[in-house]
Amino acid sequence: MRPSNLPIEEGQRLLRLCNACRYCEGFCAVFPAMERRSVFTAADVNYLANLCHNCGECYYACPYTPPHEYALNLPKVLAEIRMETYARSAVPRSFSLAGRNSARAVSALVVVAIGLIVCIVAAFGGFASRGADFYAVIPHEVMAITLGLAFVLAVILMMVAFSRFWRDGIGVPIEAGPLITALGDTLRLTNLDGHGAGCPYPQARLSQMRRWFHHATFYGFLLCFASTCVAASYHFWLGWRAPYPYLSAPVVLGTLGGVGLLAGPAGLLWLRRKRDPALDDLNPRDFGESFIVLLLLASFTGLLLLALRETGAMSWLLTVHLGVVLALFASLPYGKFMHGKFRFAALVRNSFEQSRRGRQLPVERHGTTVIRS
Amino acid sequence: MHAAPTGVLTDAYSEEEYLQDLLQVTEGQTDEELARLTIRASSDCFEWMTRHGVRFQPSLAGTLQLGRTNAFFLGGGKALVNTYYALAEKLGISVLYNAEVTALRVNDGRFESATVSIDGSSIEIQAKALVAASGGFEANMEWLSESWGDAAKNFIVRGTPYNRGKVLRLLLDGGAQKVGDPSQCHAIALDARAPKFDGGIVTRLDTVPLGIVVDRCGQRFYDEGEDLWPKRYAIWGRLIARQTDQIAYSIVDSKTAGLVMPSAFPALEARTIRELGGLLGINADALECTVERFNQSVVEGSFDHTRLDNCRTRGLSPEKTHWALKLDSPPFFGYPLRPGITFTYLGPKVNRRGQVILKDGRPAANVFAAGEIMAGNILGKGYLAGIGMTIGTVFGRIAGMGAADAAK
Repeated sequence: MRPSNLPIEEGQRLLRLCNACRYCEGFCAVFPAMERRSVFTAADVNYLANLCHNCGECYYACPYTPPHEYALNLPKVLAEIRMETYARSAVPRSFSLAGRNSARAVSALVVVAIGLIVCIVAAFGGFASRGADFYAVIPHEVMAITLGLAFVLAVILMMVAFSRFWRDGIGVPIEAGPLITALGDTLRLTNLDGHGAGCPYPQARLSQMRRWFHHATFYGFLLCFASTCVAASYHFWLGWRAPYPYLSAPVVLGTLGGVGLLAGPAGLLWLRRKRDPALDDLNPRDFGESFIVLLLLASFTGLLLLALRETGAMSWLLTVHLGVVLALFASLPYGKFMHGKFRFAALVRNSFEQSRRGRQLPVERHGTTVIRS
Repeated sequence: MHAAPTGVLTDAYSEEEYLQDLLQVTEGQTDEELARLTIRASSDCFEWMTRHGVRFQPSLAGTLQLGRTNAFFLGGGKALVNTYYALAEKLGISVLYNAEVTALRVNDGRFESATVSIDGSSIEIQAKALVAASGGFEANMEWLSESWGDAAKNFIVRGTPYNRGKVLRLLLDGGAQKVGDPSQCHAIALDARAPKFDGGIVTRLDTVPLGIVVDRCGQRFYDEGEDLWPKRYAIWGRLIARQTDQIAYSIVDSKTAGLVMPSAFPALEARTIRELGGLLGINADALECTVERFNQSVVEGSFDHTRLDNCRTRGLSPEKTHWALKLDSPPFFGYPLRPGITFTYLGPKVNRRGQVILKDGRPAANVFAAGEIMAGNILGKGYLAGIGMTIGTVFGRIAGMGAADAAK
């Protein structure tokens, strides 16, 4: 019953207690998933830790939080376990930003990336401004190859990290049904919705703020990605060269995305500042904040570039923006960005366990006689 | 009670059926007028609570007898109370914390003021009405030992150590009429390894009806299968309290161990009954003999733990009248049990307006009681799952409205 120093063991201790109470089972997916088992392997704990969306509802409802001798703080312990899953899955592991002071590493990365772009511009293009002609500053092929390679490398590293986590905590057969359900839960952030009431973030009062700011960030990111894809297809297939008019698809998508990527991360940053310290030791130097700041920098420099693309500042703004985006790509496999992939994987397992085939597996559901007083 | 399925309950539960269940568990020791009032008013509780922000658990697949027991709060009791406190704060009601009532000034049934110790300094607070909603005396070991003697020291208190019954004592000494027997309480079979106070829900054990329960000499002492567990679980604490050293042991085998919700502490597990006796610290010969006799007396039937089945023993004293299966499938599991007291039933008598009744039979003009402190009016003994929360909600509202009227 005593707290353990090892996060996995502490997670097992708390889950055993939670499983004997079960009053939280209507809050989110974690508790019904917990109730499907009576013993918790390390893999189960890794899975449940990533199924947790860290809202804190169960903490506020719990009669066993410190100073009670059970010292139960499930969201906080699951957050620690999540950090370990991120760190263990990274390729290489030592590059992971999870659970360490990542502000310095990310700042250095941004400086190096901008420096690299400066060198590339100096070598292949030039800083002398010529209207909005980006490719005079850095030739299209060079830009595409530099950032494209960085992105492809990031995707490969993320896939390896994802498969490591899949082995570490998921390990269910891949089927269409659970994948689709999990995708829906991910895109809607179902587990932050609190059945419509929202969740207690940043403090005990229920609100939808975190969900909406996350949506703005997530869909802002997707819109920026879509903008890039559309622009690439214009260039390669249709032969249309940037800059594109303000009302063209790439600019409209990118602008909307950029605005989302300003408002969303700014809101999330603001919520972090107000977060209940009992639930999260939110360190401004942790990898969550580094990721938010990188997103803000990327959207801010991108929008500024759009606004000032006809001016003499264009070449330098483009250089800085590309440097920030390059740094963002390079940090993706090691930073907070991975949380979405891992949560998605956990939602897949959750959905599989809820599916008919999943229920046929020998998972015991204990306790059909429920006494709760 | 609910005339038709409600948001989370699965079918109707009529006033008569509810009352019959209550009369059965209390053996008639209930104030029928107040009981009917509570049952009737319970049908509005769901709507009223929902309107005030309380959220309920969705109905669970596989949960038994839910239509006959209770709607569970989403997040449990603390979430419920958090909701009410948040609402009170929004309405501009101030709440004093770390505050203990140490004296009440009541003159001829009229409350005048309360002396309150706040963070150690004493102040007197005047008010137009008083609602006593301060619980029983279950954490007051000295008071418990007045009824239970030395046995009280082996009780485990499931809730807060602050439930010492101070206001209850002040009311009873100040002229309120008593109702209930001081030894009657809601007390369950609790894992003996639970902390002395505040272990809460997670240390309860529901294995009793699925196996046998023996005392420290390895002898059975009560029909483990007397009735459905929701109607019996709350008497087992008192049963164990009457055994030597207030300890008992629940023993099940691998056939049924998985049928109950897991609890905070793992079971002690052994390949043989003899070995289990050793682990539990019971005389292994006696335990083996008890199990052997029990197994020989089991009448084959079709086991169904979800209803009163026909698996019983014949020729034992006491018999096990339902869910009697031979203990023959290792591993065997054992849990040490202690009486776990939830709340006591002794309280001031109240009327249907929630007013405290004085010794001369008159109601106190502006003194009301709600919750555990007056639950004994309805629960003379026994328990029906969920009724504590029902009494609390129904009389909380009644007493609140009465106090508001008295304060006009």
